[in-house]
Amino acid sequence: MAGDLAFFYVFAAVAVGTSLLVIGQRNPIYSVLLLIASFGALAGLYVLLDAPFVAVTQIIVYAGAIMVLFLFVVMLLNAPREEPIDPERLVEPQGARWFGALLAVFLLVELGWAVARGSRALFGRASFDSVRVEQLSSVRFIGTVLYSDYAFAFEVTSILILVAMVGAVLLARRHEKEV
Amino acid sequence: MIPIVVAQIALLLFVFFMLLNSAAVMVYMERKVAALIQQRYGPYLVGPHGVLQPLADIVKLLFKEELRPKAADRYLFVLAPIISAAAAFAAFAVIPFGGDTTFFGLLEEPVPLQVADVNVAVLVIFAVASMSVYGIVLAGWSSNSKYSLLGALRSSAQMISYELSYGLALASVLVVAGSLSLRDIVDTQAGYWWGFIPKWSIFLQPIGFFVFLTAGIAETNRAPFDFPEAEQELVAGYHTEYSSMSFAMFFLAEYVNMVTVSAVATDLFLGGWHGPFLPESWGWIWFLIKLSGLLFFYIWIRWTLPRYRYDQLMAFGWKVLLPLAVINLLLTSAGVLYFGR
Repeated sequence: MAGDLAFFYVFAAVAVGTSLLVIGQRNPIYSVLLLIASFGALAGLYVLLDAPFVAVTQIIVYAGAIMVLFLFVVMLLNAPREEPIDPERLVEPQGARWFGALLAVFLLVELGWAVARGSRALFGRASFDSVRVEQLSSVRFIGTVLYSDYAFAFEVTSILILVAMVGAVLLARRHEKEV
Repeated sequence: MIPIVVAQIALLLFVFFMLLNSAAVMVYMERKVAALIQQRYGPYLVGPHGVLQPLADIVKLLFKEELRPKAADRYLFVLAPIISAAAAFAAFAVIPFGGDTTFFGLLEEPVPLQVADVNVAVLVIFAVASMSVYGIVLAGWSSNSKYSLLGALRSSAQMISYELSYGLALASVLVVAGSLSLRDIVDTQAGYWWGFIPKWSIFLQPIGFFVFLTAGIAETNRAPFDFPEAEQELVAGYHTEYSSMSFAMFFLAEYVNMVTVSAVATDLFLGGWHGPFLPESWGWIWFLIKLSGLLFFYIWIRWTLPRYRYDQLMAFGWKVLLPLAVINLLLTSAGVLYFGR
């Protein structure tokens, strides 16, 4: 559909543009907000892929919950502006630039390989099985798979989060006693 | 015959203007009900019984000077009220408020009375609610004033705390209805038990309804949970530095949020547009009656109960409401598994 394609380009442009701006300007609060906008655009892309559940989860979990925490930390640390460090004073380990350049090249090759492979896998087939796509993105299917095939991973993750939570509470309490 | 697209755009605009209107009506009702409760007359000079008072208020707000503190963040200060108002309106897009209708034969095919029928509507409402925190936090931070910042921090802590109970109360209804679509959930509540008790979820989920309504009042920052604007402590909370139309937008957002929460409660717990005596195509009248009832309840509570203390609010949210919601969800799931659907 032509409308879908137009929407895809709008969302994709917003996602890429805001992501670049996140690292492109120096006010951390703006970075956080631009990142939220980028997540919103990603959610739009999910909707275009007929996966409204994933889209809404993206908004609730990333844009809604995690970014609020980011915003709080940035606001409470009161770091309104990031000052660029004087390049003269920057201590640079030997060969850091070479290593960085090497990593960048690796990343580029990897990205190119992934895109080439992904597009072959996607466009090699004649068409999507639309019924199957709908099945895969349904809440019922995700729930069933999550609590049967991936039950172990799911439980381990929840225990990990619980441990992190208890740890955070413990750290906060100790701090309180000292004061 | 009118094409479907035109009808849907018309419906969208209609819902938008009705929501704007509802805020004006709510302001008038709030002042009148408050006056009744306090044995006063309330507004009565502008128009018969003061019904044109909201218009006078709007004119006053429009002509006030728009002030911006010198130390405020220029962009975010402007953006914050826009986020608040936009989030308030966005949630209503997925709320169905009536059955299928052809608008008295104007259309060939019946259209549902709903702006967008999304099959994960309940989650969309939850997502938009989590977005509305940003409007308040940014307003508080960008004003660069202590009262605003404190108000915003309180408000967001409160909204995040009560969002959990809100979500769990929603989940227990989802378990009973077995669907995430608000339209399906309303349709499971059609009909009667033993011929006279309507099949509304409130009778299956009394605890869920209580938790939902309490969390809803806290989410919309209304009394007795109106800490963001506790006048005695914080001047006016997060909107202290706002004036004129940008203040009006926060005000608008607050009232539209109330309408949205009440509409969701009507759809989830009170059977939406299903009710006795009226044919299906007139169901929206039932919807409006139930909605008005809940909104009246909102106002009634505000002028009856005093404000909590902040620590009481947090203790109540985390130690009473959240465990209650969790237990309710577990019991509901067990019940659904045992009795089947």
